Amino acid sequence: MKKLLIAACMLVLTAPAFAQKYMTRTGKVSFYSHTPIENIEAVNNEVAAAVDSKTGDVVFQVPIKSFKFEKELMQEHFNENYMESDKFPKAEFKGKLADPGAVNFAKDGVYKTSVTGKLTMHGVTKDITVPGTVTVKGGTATIDAKFNVKPPDYGIKIPAVVASKIAAQIEVTINTILKPV
Amino acid sequence: MKLIFKMVLAAAISSLAFRSQAQNDTSSNSLDNLLQKDAPNKKEYTTATFKSTHLINGQTVESLGAGVLDFRISHRFGDVSGGFHTFFGLDDANTRIGFDYGITDWLMVGVGRTTYDKEYDGFIKVKLLRQTTDNRMPVSVSYLGSMSISDRDAPVLDSGQTYYFSNRCYYTNQIFIARKFNRWLSLQLMPTLIHYNLVQYNSDPNDVFACGIGGRVKVSNRIAFTGEYYYVANPLAGSNNALSLGVDIETGGHVFQLMFTNSRYITERTFIGQTQGTWGDGNIHFGFNISRVFTVVKPKGTEELRSKAW
Repeated sequence: MKKLLIAACMLVLTAPAFAQKYMTRTGKVSFYSHTPIENIEAVNNEVAAAVDSKTGDVVFQVPIKSFKFEKELMQEHFNENYMESDKFPKAEFKGKLADPGAVNFAKDGVYKTSVTGKLTMHGVTKDITVPGTVTVKGGTATIDAKFNVKPPDYGIKIPAVVASKIAAQIEVTINTILKPV
Repeated sequence: MKLIFKMVLAAAISSLAFRSQAQNDTSSNSLDNLLQKDAPNKKEYTTATFKSTHLINGQTVESLGAGVLDFRISHRFGDVSGGFHTFFGLDDANTRIGFDYGITDWLMVGVGRTTYDKEYDGFIKVKLLRQTTDNRMPVSVSYLGSMSISDRDAPVLDSGQTYYFSNRCYYTNQIFIARKFNRWLSLQLMPTLIHYNLVQYNSDPNDVFACGIGGRVKVSNRIAFTGEYYYVANPLAGSNNALSLGVDIETGGHVFQLMFTNSRYITERTFIGQTQGTWGDGNIHFGFNISRVFTVVKPKGTEELRSKAW
């Protein structure tokens, strides 16, 4: 009886140890806009992200000014004219894994899943669902995902003169390695 | 004993359940806190104080990024008071063609050739201080050093006199002190020293001191109104202060700058130190600058991107 009691107490005390959180401040998010006239792409290596493996909560914070372009002027226009990064310095995603139980963070493997939540960008919040994979390897979790974003959905106006140079759907790629906290 | 065990077990289960409940409610908040906690406090610089490296006639605190080449064409037409006879000055243009290049993010060089006085010029611009978004550094400061050489025909001199090469040389030093007050307003002060090796009259100073004030007001993401005035403390005989009003129009890789100015000159030593016209007498000149930038060297941190810069 005493043993059971001790076991019960242990269960209570050790339960939080399984609720492990993973995070990074050097996550990678890039985007790609393809048109016959011009391709536009940028990469950001300063993305902060965190995942709660128990609840399946996912948070991404993307500092807009940290997107690096090949053309400096493009980067300036991106910040000044389109994303207005002085006003809206961060894009944020807050969501949940579709089925947190399906991803075993304790066991190495590639887990297909999807995440549903709210993407806030340029001051506009939209519900999105994004399919992706979680790759668990040696205690780290790598999140890979790809999805399309339409600028007008987030109140980003594309003037007619440049409309032929900016894709209607911008492909966003996420490749972020998170480490246990 | 059994009762105690049951109570402990119930407590354990409920506490476990409560714990996970609590976690569900605050989990995404706690992730926020996690990311918030010891987030790196990165110093952020103010960007795009001005649209271009040039304000109207003169330059701005801005410089090109490393590896960026800027091809610039500047035109200043004749006096609009010429009316239909000169088609409001469009018959007659002073032109500068120039190439500017960013060696590093803080060092830029440029060369150019201007029609008036057949002048070749070269300059370096150094970013000394940069305004930060937290206002710990409230202004951006740049230095411009430029030299120009006139290839005009030598005057006919008395025998035994030589027209030295140095007579053709001019030097300008400028400090730009600029502040971006908000998204739409940026102002700039430009203390200036111009050195003339040779001046026309004995009473003319060889060192001319001036101070400019300029600014831009953004009216949309792509259009801004600009203004620029240079006050000269000890002007050369017959020279006036230059006042220019312009509009910046941005389309992709181009910036078009259209202006009205009482100076028909383009290089620093001529438009600051030798402007002859005045707005009051109707000596107003229409002009424009066209800037086209090319990325010659890819910036750091973009190596993994798929496409090529060119």
